[in-house]
Amino acid sequence: MEDVKPQLVKVTIDGIEVEVEPGTTILQAARKIGPAVAPPAMCYYQPLKGSGGKCRACLVRVAAGSAKDPRPMPKLVASCLTAVQDGMVVENETNPQVIDARNGIVEFLLLNHPLDCPVCDQAGECDLQNFAFDHGKVTTRYEEDRRTFEKQDIGPYIQLHMTRCILCYRCVFTADQITNKRVHGVLGRGDASEIGTYIEKAIDNDFSGNVIDVCPVGALTDKTYRFKNRVWFTKPVDAHRDCPTCSGKVTLWYRGEDVIRVTARKNEWNEVEEFICNTCRFDKKKTSDWTIEGPTKVSRSSVISANKYRADTIKPSFGQRLAAAEYKPIHDERDTSQLDIQQLPPERFAKVLPSAMEPEP
Amino acid sequence: MAIKILTEHINVPGIESFDVYRKQGGYTAVEKAIKTMTPDAIVEEVKKAGVRGRGGAGFPMGMKWSFLAKPEGVPRYLVCNADESEPGTFKDHYLMKNIPHLLIEGMIISSFALGANKSFIYVRGELMYVIHILEKAIAEAKAKGFLGKNILGSGYDLELVVQPGGGAYICGEETALLESLEGKRGNPRNKPPFPAVKGLYQSPTVVNNVESIATTAWIVNNGGDAYAAVGIGRSTGTKLISASGHINKPGVYEIELGVPVEDFIYADEWCGGIRTGHKFKALVAGGSSVPILPANLALTLANGEKRLMSYESLSDGGFATGTMLGSGGFIVFDETSCIVRNTWNFSRFYHHESCGQCSPCREGTGWMEKVLHRIEYGHGHQQDIDLLVDVSKKIEGNTICPLGDAAAWPVASAIRHFRDEFQWHIDHPSEATQPGAVYKGEMALV
Repeated sequence: MEDVKPQLVKVTIDGIEVEVEPGTTILQAARKIGPAVAPPAMCYYQPLKGSGGKCRACLVRVAAGSAKDPRPMPKLVASCLTAVQDGMVVENETNPQVIDARNGIVEFLLLNHPLDCPVCDQAGECDLQNFAFDHGKVTTRYEEDRRTFEKQDIGPYIQLHMTRCILCYRCVFTADQITNKRVHGVLGRGDASEIGTYIEKAIDNDFSGNVIDVCPVGALTDKTYRFKNRVWFTKPVDAHRDCPTCSGKVTLWYRGEDVIRVTARKNEWNEVEEFICNTCRFDKKKTSDWTIEGPTKVSRSSVISANKYRADTIKPSFGQRLAAAEYKPIHDERDTSQLDIQQLPPERFAKVLPSAMEPEP
Repeated sequence: MAIKILTEHINVPGIESFDVYRKQGGYTAVEKAIKTMTPDAIVEEVKKAGVRGRGGAGFPMGMKWSFLAKPEGVPRYLVCNADESEPGTFKDHYLMKNIPHLLIEGMIISSFALGANKSFIYVRGELMYVIHILEKAIAEAKAKGFLGKNILGSGYDLELVVQPGGGAYICGEETALLESLEGKRGNPRNKPPFPAVKGLYQSPTVVNNVESIATTAWIVNNGGDAYAAVGIGRSTGTKLISASGHINKPGVYEIELGVPVEDFIYADEWCGGIRTGHKFKALVAGGSSVPILPANLALTLANGEKRLMSYESLSDGGFATGTMLGSGGFIVFDETSCIVRNTWNFSRFYHHESCGQCSPCREGTGWMEKVLHRIEYGHGHQQDIDLLVDVSKKIEGNTICPLGDAAAWPVASAIRHFRDEFQWHIDHPSEATQPGAVYKGEMALV
């Protein structure tokens, strides 16, 4: 029997064309193009079936539905759930209406968020922090009391800090899909809804720790790591062990010589590649428990890679560094990204940045 | 005498019992449908009738039926949405309480037309006594062979289940209703897939309002063309309007679509005018979620013509000068009502009823309520009005289900038409917070 390859469909996102398999969502198609075009996702989590559609951060405008029916869609659509059609034209960062909606979503998500980033374990690897950096405002228009909750211990390893929760439902899907019995869920309604384990029941199963990894904010934290460190001081290393319950493939987070945290490995979209068991996560915190594979690849733009030596990369030239430093190209009217910086003589920069003339250290 | 399609026999004593209903010509439509018509023929008649969904959205019912996927070996379901919870709307309650067999008859015909062997009536939990009435009616119909196995010897089986809701407004949204019916938390689903493809238990499902389903009996008896002849333009048939507020005769009225709003308010046949000695200030025409209109725009269109009670005429002018027929919750306000307080009250409802699933609605409804509360209680700031407009814009259209829109529209429209009144509350807090204080400035009173 011959393998029939599905006909690829062509989608244009922010003016960039990409070919994907039919049934792919707009978000996945955009991710295929790259991080600059990918819409933010606070609740969608590719490994979890049924996730997405709730945070509305990934809203995009469909300027043309398909080649057959090029009418635009009347409303902004959630890109994480909308399948692409051949000839679809999507506007993401290029549409002011989309940007406006996203600014609104950040504002809504931060209304009841404590903004306690200075003491939050998630800081530095927090989806909400990144999203707010891209689309948030410096001031707030909200002056009423924020919704607050007491911290709760759910089980011996996990602490629930409901005040920080953005109700993405990821942990609920995780418990549904990788454990055999879910004991926590969403209680209450509207802005009074909360994640809870009815009457503070403990979450107790071998894979409970994964809810920490999927949490986009600091609502579910690892009690063995709480307040131990800031993520940008730690050094992630890929390692594995022969584990009878899970794949045993993890990331170890070192501070000096000590393993201070173990997490599942995540891809560039912050999504867990393989879920790991609680023994690997909470009990194996010695280097001798593990076979080290090498440093984890961390995006250069991530705060985690700041000031770290990475053997697998060639040092970037000044031009590349400058280009990478343009973290908000879209909002800057004095956009220089059109210029090919490497083509320009370094003297161009000498007045502004004298260090540009100096050789690389 | 105006034509009555649903409420012709509603005042007959004992109509809630099978025998009296049968004597008035009840269940003849079931006999006609099952014995002489094919399911497709019934769908065709309903399409011809042009009935538009009476729950609020006004989507043509025949079209909805024809979208139903019919894969082999998969059951299909009909669900009747009787979770009527929109503030100002009480027509389904009236219909089910007084003439339950009309709904049962409609359910049998509709289920037969759609090929459903198990159908559900999802009634809001607060109406427990109505649930008992419906269950009694179902038992009677079953005893007479109109429900259950092999109906009227045709070989068609139908089981009808009445399910009480848990008291959540959001479960009136069709996909949240299906989730609730499946025993889950009543969160609306993301669409697509639509219920017509994947609905209850992932099977094709049609969800219709009580009033829509109840019309099918008359349509089968008299034909779709006869139904389409009633009404005006694409607003065919009659509509139950639940009139409340500052009128002389509040109640449920069945009107032929196309009656002028002015006649509906002032004629003795219907509302009987604004309560004596007062003036007409504002109108919410279709339940609390539709935009509010000031008196002059409620009675006339922007071009000076009379506004009619029909889907098209009420929405004439878009949201700038129009509103929607919605579910027919007709709330009339006289000059003693404070629009700010009323808007706050509506907003409070939507804040309380938001399911909390998607962020704009979860956070935005609460925010709007708090700002409105602030204005109403004399702590408003100058920038608050613009803030409300901005927040409502950021909710509208960006949510999973229409509850976000329903929360945003009353606020946005109240500010659009009554901005001065909001401003007065902010500028004169001590005056505005006196008990019974109402804005007396310039406005169109009729």
